[in-house]
Order: sequence, then C-alpha cells, then structure tokens
Amino acid sequence: MKVLLRNPRRELDIPGPRRVHALLNDLDLNRESHLVIRNGTLVPSDEELGADDVIEIRPVISGGSL
Amino acid sequence: MKCRVCREPAIIDVPRHNANFCAPHFLDMCRKQVVKAIDDFDMLSKDDRILVAVSGGKDSLAIWDMLIDLGYEADGLYIGLGIGSYSDVSGDYARAFATERGLKLVEISLRDDYGYDIPTATRATRRVPCSACGMSKRHLFDKAALDGNYTALVTGHNLDDEAAVLYGNTLRWELQYLARQLPTLPARNGFPKKVKPLVRLSERETAAWCVVRGIDYLVDECPMAAGNRHLNYKDALNKIESQSPGTKTAFYLNFVDKVAPLLSAFALSDDLVLAPCNSCGAPTTGEVCAFCHLVKTASAHEPVPVELITGRGARRR
Repeated sequence: MKVLLRNPRRELDIPGPRRVHALLNDLDLNRESHLVIRNGTLVPSDEELGADDVIEIRPVISGGSL
Repeated sequence: MKCRVCREPAIIDVPRHNANFCAPHFLDMCRKQVVKAIDDFDMLSKDDRILVAVSGGKDSLAIWDMLIDLGYEADGLYIGLGIGSYSDVSGDYARAFATERGLKLVEISLRDDYGYDIPTATRATRRVPCSACGMSKRHLFDKAALDGNYTALVTGHNLDDEAAVLYGNTLRWELQYLARQLPTLPARNGFPKKVKPLVRLSERETAAWCVVRGIDYLVDECPMAAGNRHLNYKDALNKIESQSPGTKTAFYLNFVDKVAPLLSAFALSDDLVLAPCNSCGAPTTGEVCAFCHLVKTASAHEPVPVELITGRGARRR
C-alpha cells in the first residue's frame, strides 16, 4: 500500500494487508495523535488495509502559542 | 468495529469513551460535548455577538462550523501573522471556509496594520517565536472583540491544548496562570468574555470532525513552532493516554472542577494593579502594554523572512 505521511511530507510503500493499529505501531506513531484516512474516509484502528490501498496518515497535533 | 449507537460500521474509535462511532453518531457525540461545555461553563447564549478567532487550522474552523451548526451567529477573525507561505495558505483556508458558507471574516494583517510580522518580531525581540505570536494574537483578539462590540470571543483551544498548558503550569506551579486556566473567562477590566467550547474534545476528534464534515484546513504545522515545549507536553500526555485512556480528560476537567476554585485568589490579585496603557488604552500592569512595546521594537527592525529564523539561513540568536 502507499502511505502518505506529513511533517515532513513523504510517501512510503508498505506491504499489505495489515490492520490500522499494526501500521501505526510499525511506523512508531501514536493513535492518539493521528488519523488514518482511506479515499477521504476515516478508518478505525481494527480496519484491515489492503495491499492496493492509498492511505493518508494525518497528524492532528498543533502547537505554537496557546 | 461497530458504532456504539446504531451498530453500523464505525469510522472512528474513541478510546477515552471506550466507544466506536459511525460518521453521523460521531458528529452527534461532538455536538453533545460542545453543548455540554457551553452549558456547564456558562459560555454562550444565543443572544451573544460571537467572534471566533480563526487560524485556518482544524480547531478554529471546527468550532466555527459547530457554532453555526448549533444555531449561533458568529463572525470570524483572522490575523495575518506574516509567517511566509504558511500564513498565505492559512489565510486562504480561512477565507474559503467563510466564503463557501456566507460568513463574515474580519481580517487584520500584522505587517500592513502594525508594520511587523512574527519572524521579524522574533528576531527583534530575541525571544522564542511563540512568545511574540501569542502576545500579538491575545492583544488583537481582545481589541477586535471590543472594537466590534462582540460580547464573546471564542477560541479553538481543545482538550489537548488545555491539558498541555495545565501540565506545563503544574510542573512549574505557576499559580497565577493556573488560576486563570478556565474554559470561560468573564468580561472584566477592559477584557472581553473569552470562551473555549472545544475543551471537552481532543484534537484527534476536532480533526476527525473536519474530515467527516469535508472542511479543508491547513494540516501542516507552523514552521516556527518546532521544538515548542507544549508539543513536548502533548507528546508526553499522549503516551500516558494511549496506556490509560481518559487521563487527559480527567486531568483537565478535574482540575477545573476541583482545583481551580481553590486558586481564585491568585487570579484576582493581578486585577488590582491593571490600568490603561498610555499608548493604546488596553489594560496593563505597566505604563505601556507589552503589545505596544513589541510594535515599537519590531516595526523599527528591517523585515526578516521566516526562512532566516527556521531554515538554513538561521543563525544563533
């Protein structure tokens, strides 16, 4: 599957299928601070992602002056 | 995973509620959390003239959208901070959101209206970028709300923001800051009422609201916020949260409920020495307020591109 990551923006090819939580664990990303999006739709952590899927992992943390 | 409410396929899991939701019921959950925050903390009434501070990011656009969705009338306020292309794009998102929905967006430009921008202020004051940015925004939010006769200023601070600030203030036992870290600050001494209706929603949830509602927002992080200590606090809290869901909620809401009332005397002590700024009239503890000092210093400095602060051209301050 193709996985788009941000900050910095980059794209990875990762073998599938695998579940969302496994993908996040493999990339050392915390579920609390990321959304996983497939074809513009959110997918929950137990969803299985296919080898041909295009996935965006979107960070949700914003910082700066609070 | 099935939606807790309707048993249809879920699109998101929310561990702190030990629940999964389909899209419609996720939106319902968000609305209920915002309504509960507004009611519990006496934030807003339908008679309020509301000004929403809008950055073009997920939180501010989400709360503007939610307030309109809940039947409030609310205008937006966007401040152009002059942080290179980041600010250009963030302004585009804010304007597009307003235009598509027929909403009024008030705009202020630091460079055009005050003769400086955040990169220049950072270099001129030799302080961390978020210091000049936060001070500028707080002053201009207050001024715009009062000048426009708005009765409530809404900001998009979410549960993660508040928990991170609380964490930092607690680590240092900053009692005056802790005493003021409330979801609602009533109007007082020349300050407008300020409210944070997103304090019961995490930023994962506000981002998800935007995705589900089809709201385009600026996903990229502010280039000047890298290394900001609040980001480190959020990271630490999220590590705890992933092991113990609900910790951030309990940390912040129990503080507001149980601890903040004990600290109210520390919040009041500062009010006793506030007087109008000799230059702009805003409340201040000195003769001239910090914002007017900043404008004087930063506007006299030659413009500094953001790349000189963040990029390869940066030099040690």
